[in-house]
Amino acid sequence: MSTVTLSDVRKTYGKTEIIHGVDFDINDQEFVVIVGPSGCGKSTLLRMIAGLETISAGTIQIDDRIVNDLEPMERNIAMVFQNYALYPHMSVYDNMAYSLKIAKLDKSEIRERVERTAALLQLSDYLQRKPRELSGGQRQRVAMGRAIVRKPDVFLFDEPLSNLDAKLRVQMRLEIRKLQRDLRVTSVYVTHDQVEAMTLGDRLMVLNDGYVEQFGTPIELYEKPATRFVADFIGSPSMNILRGTADSGAITLETGVRIPSDTQATNEVDMGIRPEHLVLSDSGCLGMETGMVEQLGSNTLVHGFLTGTRIPLVASLPGVHSERSIGLALNFDVPPHAQHVFDSKTGKRL
Amino acid sequence: MEKRVTFRGWRLPLILILPQAIITAVFFFWPAGQAIYQSAFIPDPFGLKSQFVGLGNFEYLFSDPYYLASFRTTAVFSILVTVVSMSVALWLALMADRIIKGTGTYRTLLIWPYAVAPAVAGVLWLFIFNPNVGIASWYLDQLGYDWNHKLNSGQAMGLVVLASSWGRISYNFLFFLAGLQAVPRSVIEAAAIDGAHFWKRFRTIIFPLLSPTTFFLLVVNVVYSFFETFGVIHTITSGGPQQATTILVYKVYADGFVGQDLGSSAAQSVVLLVVVGILTVVQFKFIERRVHY
Repeated sequence: MSTVTLSDVRKTYGKTEIIHGVDFDINDQEFVVIVGPSGCGKSTLLRMIAGLETISAGTIQIDDRIVNDLEPMERNIAMVFQNYALYPHMSVYDNMAYSLKIAKLDKSEIRERVERTAALLQLSDYLQRKPRELSGGQRQRVAMGRAIVRKPDVFLFDEPLSNLDAKLRVQMRLEIRKLQRDLRVTSVYVTHDQVEAMTLGDRLMVLNDGYVEQFGTPIELYEKPATRFVADFIGSPSMNILRGTADSGAITLETGVRIPSDTQATNEVDMGIRPEHLVLSDSGCLGMETGMVEQLGSNTLVHGFLTGTRIPLVASLPGVHSERSIGLALNFDVPPHAQHVFDSKTGKRL
Repeated sequence: MEKRVTFRGWRLPLILILPQAIITAVFFFWPAGQAIYQSAFIPDPFGLKSQFVGLGNFEYLFSDPYYLASFRTTAVFSILVTVVSMSVALWLALMADRIIKGTGTYRTLLIWPYAVAPAVAGVLWLFIFNPNVGIASWYLDQLGYDWNHKLNSGQAMGLVVLASSWGRISYNFLFFLAGLQAVPRSVIEAAAIDGAHFWKRFRTIIFPLLSPTTFFLLVVNVVYSFFETFGVIHTITSGGPQQATTILVYKVYADGFVGQDLGSSAAQSVVLLVVVGILTVVQFKFIERRVHY
């Protein structure tokens, strides 16, 4: 039973502030994913919760304890590192038992806990092996086991899957999700992979340049991105974003194309439309010069440009289309309900 | 993947290895062969002819109480030098690894003594601990401690150990620091999260991960204290008082070049060669087995 609360948490190195006042609450048993491009401060934020980095301002609270000045070991958290950080000279058993031995638990209690955790992670046959004798996925599981065996209040994951190959990553992602559901431990997970973020998190926090762009459920972020950054970051392939001027029920692009819209705004805006929401129509207002075609089986991605410009445009058509059947130009309708309109200056949703 | 250079013909490779081969032959194989050869002879006092005695020189050596005492002295000396220089270096490296500001300055200062030649280091310590005018002996005197390494054999041993270890600390420090920096930060952080305090982390994580470095330094330092400390001993104590600091390599010099007993000196060189050979093999065989993880 644990909650995590951050209030106005800041981090400065010298004179540069890299985390600019982050506030959020993580509910008990919740799985929160912090996602953002590299260098956005997400790992720093996680390390501040862990106690591996000092907090320049603000407070971090685990349950009702303010942990700002507590050592990592006093916070009762467990962390899974990107490179696993296993103790290379110890067997799998000793790796998992290390924290329990330090906590001076009974020998029999340690044995029982380690064996139960190993069984949970299908590591029972490997307890006497050294980390170097294990595969990447097994090492990952040992790192998880080391975290689980301690029964911590909070799990912290720092890009734990980025060293695995694509197939294993998908498999481990599911395992992590299932484990977290079963163990019901509050978790914070850092990643730069938006697919990982969407599939794992109960809620997602999008971090950019040390600012929180949006904090919500995956579907909220997908359907109602709060900023242009989130719109661009969440979803694959990325949302098309077109600049234009909004007035009386339409958006006029720089090329003069008028797109009917519900927006009430009357200023310069960025209009976003997801590739899968563009509707193929011979009378469509949005013209596209086609280029590369990617056939994914279930759908087809068409890359190209807004007619007469070099503004990139991507469309996702359901089903299989060949390059020949698509031709050199396509026209699309842009349904008003699928449009996302952002202020072009602030990047905020209108 | 190992990269191999393949040469056509044998002339170029021969020319390339020739300088090293000549140096090894002239400065190692030739003198070593000479020592083995001469150890079987006793030259007459004028060096005009020598008489073959077989293993006579060795028989004489091992019944000579001075020679046996020199063995003990060498053992005490090399254990002390190795332990002192390695433990101090490790401690300094641990501290230097923790500081954040001014790392460059600290490291440079700590590495400097390595640039001082053993004989110069010996003279330096000799001045500091000179019984009459040395600054350290004056302070010791103020504290009521009577320092005279020219009379007291324990103090003499202490001083040569100190002087020999001093320059060595820098060398060991460099390797330990590199070893410490090779320990992944995240492993240490994981241990910190797991609840291990600094000394616990050192004992259970850092030291075991440093063991390859430690083992390497152990071998190198033992060999160093056997041979390269000659300059220090020669300048500070000349093996005295009463041969209290006459280690094996110094006795080779003293008997051969001062005492002019070339046969015995050659025999001692051979013994030394065998001892260091055995020590190195033992270290590699028994200790190395435990240091791999």
